[in-house]
Amino acid sequence: MNLDQAFETYVHESRDLLQQMEELLLEFSQGRSDPESVNALFRAAHTIKGSAGLFGLDGIVDFTHGVESVLDLVRDGAVPMTPDLAALLLECRDHMAGLVEAVAAGTELDDEALRTGAELQRQLGTYLGGEASAAQSPTAVVETGGSGVAGDEGYWHISVRFGRDVFRNGMDPLSFMRFLSTVGRIVAVTTLAHEIPAADEMDPESCYLGFEIGLVSAADQSTIEGVFDFVRDDCTLQILPPTSRAADYVALIEALPADEVRVGDLLVRCGAITEAQLEAALRIQGAEAAGIGDAAAQARLIGEILIAQKSVAPPVVEAALDKQKQLRDGKAQESRFIRVDADKLDRLINQIGELVIAGAGINLVAKRRGAADLLEAASVLGTLVEDVRDSALQLRMVPIGATFNRFQRVVHDVARDLNKDIALLINGGDTELDKTMVERIADPLMHLVRNAMDHGIEPTEVRVQNGKPARGTVKLNAYHDSGGIVIEVGDDGGGLKTDRIVAKAVSRGLIPEGAALTQREIHELIFEPGFSTASQINNLSGRGVGMDVVKSSVTDLRGTVEVDSREGEGTTIRIRLPLTLAIIDGFLVGVNDSVFVVPLDMVEECIEFTDAARTEARGREFVNLRGQVLPFIQIRDLFEIGGQPARRENILVVRYAGQRAGLVVDELLGEAQTVIKPLGKLFQKVRGIGGSTILGDGRVALIMDIPGLLRHVHGKATNREGASATALQ
Amino acid sequence: MRIDQRMTIYTAAELKPRLLAEIADSAVPSVDLSAVQEIDAAGLQLLLLARREAAAVGREFRILEPSECVREVLSLAAVSYMDSGPTSLGGPAT
Repeated sequence: MNLDQAFETYVHESRDLLQQMEELLLEFSQGRSDPESVNALFRAAHTIKGSAGLFGLDGIVDFTHGVESVLDLVRDGAVPMTPDLAALLLECRDHMAGLVEAVAAGTELDDEALRTGAELQRQLGTYLGGEASAAQSPTAVVETGGSGVAGDEGYWHISVRFGRDVFRNGMDPLSFMRFLSTVGRIVAVTTLAHEIPAADEMDPESCYLGFEIGLVSAADQSTIEGVFDFVRDDCTLQILPPTSRAADYVALIEALPADEVRVGDLLVRCGAITEAQLEAALRIQGAEAAGIGDAAAQARLIGEILIAQKSVAPPVVEAALDKQKQLRDGKAQESRFIRVDADKLDRLINQIGELVIAGAGINLVAKRRGAADLLEAASVLGTLVEDVRDSALQLRMVPIGATFNRFQRVVHDVARDLNKDIALLINGGDTELDKTMVERIADPLMHLVRNAMDHGIEPTEVRVQNGKPARGTVKLNAYHDSGGIVIEVGDDGGGLKTDRIVAKAVSRGLIPEGAALTQREIHELIFEPGFSTASQINNLSGRGVGMDVVKSSVTDLRGTVEVDSREGEGTTIRIRLPLTLAIIDGFLVGVNDSVFVVPLDMVEECIEFTDAARTEARGREFVNLRGQVLPFIQIRDLFEIGGQPARRENILVVRYAGQRAGLVVDELLGEAQTVIKPLGKLFQKVRGIGGSTILGDGRVALIMDIPGLLRHVHGKATNREGASATALQ
Repeated sequence: MRIDQRMTIYTAAELKPRLLAEIADSAVPSVDLSAVQEIDAAGLQLLLLARREAAAVGREFRILEPSECVREVLSLAAVSYMDSGPTSLGGPAT
């Protein structure tokens, strides 16, 4: 993994974590609170800071440090999580998001953002101030915050050897030591002078010094490494973090010139082990070495024996274990997920699409040959391919909950801007749908939610006057319904005002004056381009580019939108989307030589178009289906296929969004898995066709756009009703 | 001996022979650092060298009356020194 990729991963992870922080903080701001959430918040901030450190993103590290410190105090119970603090932290989160995005875009924050950051740090400082050292300036908060934090401090071992030219390059190793004491407490130092050569050869202007340092610090590795930044090329630096285990110490010990320094002493002096432990180790070594007598081997052995005895100082081990447990807890969750490039998934799904087509081919051959064993094998294969297809598609499925939860924040902010009291209710967040669709539906949803809050929910006084609860409610709901997903955005506001919509539509020339429209048709008008009922335009909604854009984005996803509104009670916008964009179970029908695919989920039943029924229909376009009117379409006529109708025609009854219609076709060819291939640009406007697919025998079949056909049929039906209504008058 | 100048990289070349001479000539090599106004790692390194060279010939090199800045550096580098008043100047040997 190269650095760019690692960086991208960092940005992605940070976004996820920031999202998580936002959700948690919103919970807090509503007064909900539990210790696990505080921990989760702390971990998120900690990880963002830590990873930022790895990339040397000092801005993020500095700012997040303050946030982390405050969260740490909350975690310890030293500072209560008040709604005020939650609000402040929420602002801090936003600033962090700004920092991350700036870094991702490779830009710098503008002055205003920087001022905001400083101000936030100052406010955070007031929470930190009560603890240890009172902070006077924002920067002081950041610097002192860390050392004041208990519980997160660890024992670091730093081993540094300065290069010969350090003095000549104008640097003083001691100044690095002094600097080091600003990031933590130096608890032990051993100055190594053993590299100084014999007096005659020693050049007083060369540096021969090295230091072994024990540092107790809450800072992270990058901060500590950062201390030595200026001398980085001119020194050998080894840092053993508190999480280091025996092996790391062994490595360090082996790296040391064993002949000159007594490793054991060194570790004792630096606090990594205690005197008593060293003595015990030496005794063992003495006993073992008695037979060997090799001095060099002995010196090396000390370290190893210490490790073997597990006698490296308790604070080291304890800190290490503590830290490791934390890491493991985090990892256990992380390792349940893998990040996969979306392109790889798409490729897999494409390949499975081809597999489906090939499988259909084999099935066809088997049928033609009438070989029973081949048929059986093909059917087993078919079942497996179907399973694989489902699993592969499942890979792309994500719960819509994450998108829904994002609206908590939107509602929170917009409600404040509008000065309304609005709660968001979320249902069905675990309903899954295709990732691409989740992404593409987010914007339309955003618009709908804002619309609901701005236009739907009445001002508080009006609500109280009308005997409604003062607090308005916006509902987001998702559920599966006949092979698709339904997403609802509802509000308990004033509902659509039909008279105002009609008046507006007339003034815009959308409908003629005095047109007889059903309630439903009036509601549909709000999706017309350029239609906006907002009496005043503000920056939230009502710019007149709203609902029609929502509608076209949904249509692009092969979905539909409908409105359900009751004046005075509220409005619900219902979006129906197909589950996936790639593969569907299809039902094949034949007309003359052409084959069409109808999505199987929408097929309700097949009936024979009997001569009796044909006679009964007598040129009208509906039949009597068990006492109900079923409008039908002659597919042959619709697509102008020509040829003579088969002797026995069939009617395929399809249903979508509560509407039914019959499709008159020649042949019913049965089920087949269908890989949807998009239509070329030229054909995209063709009515009644939603896509194409390749059949097992290599022929191309068109996929019928059932929702489109149903609209067509019912549109005609309504016109007829309208006509008969006028005729009656 | 007494050093009354800076003990830094700028004076290191000049100080080295003086310190070595002190070890060679004096039965009880010692250096009075009360007048040292500035010391850096190069100076520290010289003191460590002197101490080692003295030990090599069986003597103890004493650092006497370190000034404020010397104390800071010695404690920073955890180098021990005789922290006593002028009374111990002669030491038990004299």
